[in-house]
Amino acid sequence: MIADIRRSVFLAGARDTIPMIVGAIPFGILFGTLGISAGLSWWAVMAMSLFVYAGSSQFVAASLVSQGVSGIVIVVTTFVVNLRHGLYAASVGRYLSGLPRRWLLPMGFALTDETYAIAIKRFETDGDVDGRRWYYAGSACLMYGNWQVCTVLGILFGQRLASFGDLGLEFAMVVTFIGIVVPLIRSYPMLICAVVASGVSVVLNFLPHKLGLFAGSIAGISVGFLLHQWRLIQASSQPKQGLRDE
Amino acid sequence: MSDIEQILLIVGMMVVTFGVRYPILSLSGRVELPEWLQTALSFVPVAVLSALSAPILLMPEGQLTIAFSNEYLMAGLFSIAIAALSRHLLLTIASGMAVFLCLRFLF
Repeated sequence: MIADIRRSVFLAGARDTIPMIVGAIPFGILFGTLGISAGLSWWAVMAMSLFVYAGSSQFVAASLVSQGVSGIVIVVTTFVVNLRHGLYAASVGRYLSGLPRRWLLPMGFALTDETYAIAIKRFETDGDVDGRRWYYAGSACLMYGNWQVCTVLGILFGQRLASFGDLGLEFAMVVTFIGIVVPLIRSYPMLICAVVASGVSVVLNFLPHKLGLFAGSIAGISVGFLLHQWRLIQASSQPKQGLRDE
Repeated sequence: MSDIEQILLIVGMMVVTFGVRYPILSLSGRVELPEWLQTALSFVPVAVLSALSAPILLMPEGQLTIAFSNEYLMAGLFSIAIAALSRHLLLTIASGMAVFLCLRFLF
């Protein structure tokens, strides 16, 4: 009985991740392709997908390898590019209290943009920790399996599919994020947070190592949070004016 | 890069990536976070996903392109409207992709 429920929650996690897979397929194949043309051995390209498992930093690493940048610099850059996963971890970890380490270790390992986006959407409405972990597992297993298969395809056939980035499939990823973010914007501070994060990220896009992305995220969180707190203070000092949100 | 250098590179990347993800994940579940921090964290998905998406929509070729000819921006605005009206994930993705591919290959 419990096994049935777990299986269906696991499958729901996988099913909800399918739109993300569509966006991730071209990235995985492209990574396999670029890794080989950057001069990495096939086993190193594969090992990076298997053991690092962080798409955008793998791309950055491949491009730095092709430019002859030293390993230390690439590792530091990887750290900076993946700093946003620390924010994800703090955000999603709140919903996972009490889980044993044998669950938290693989969950931490598999915390990508996509699985975070899918999981947090569900966690905000689902109150059951057992359900949450199986849902997360379903999403993570599909993303991980897909990433490995696509890396293999890129290593094997990438050189023949050189023009396939022209399809513009990264739009699939963006439209998925839009579908997740827009319904989350239920208050004025949340709207301002999205606008500020977008604006700062675009203006600082010229910065290396995706620092613009990180700065935009921090700016959006800070402005949204301060606005939220300010409205709380306003509301408590003028109790007659009704709150429009929260 | 030699074999040893490649192995060291991958081990290094693995350590820093896992080192960012796991410790915070396991800590934030065990420690009761103060109210203000929980509020701040509730802004994380909107902030990070917006910051990831905006440059792809507004500068697909690397420079700011606010024009009807930018199919990323046009299809993106359409998708935002659909998402706001319907609040339905699959409908947003399907219609957004359809508009994007039409703009890209029909015009």
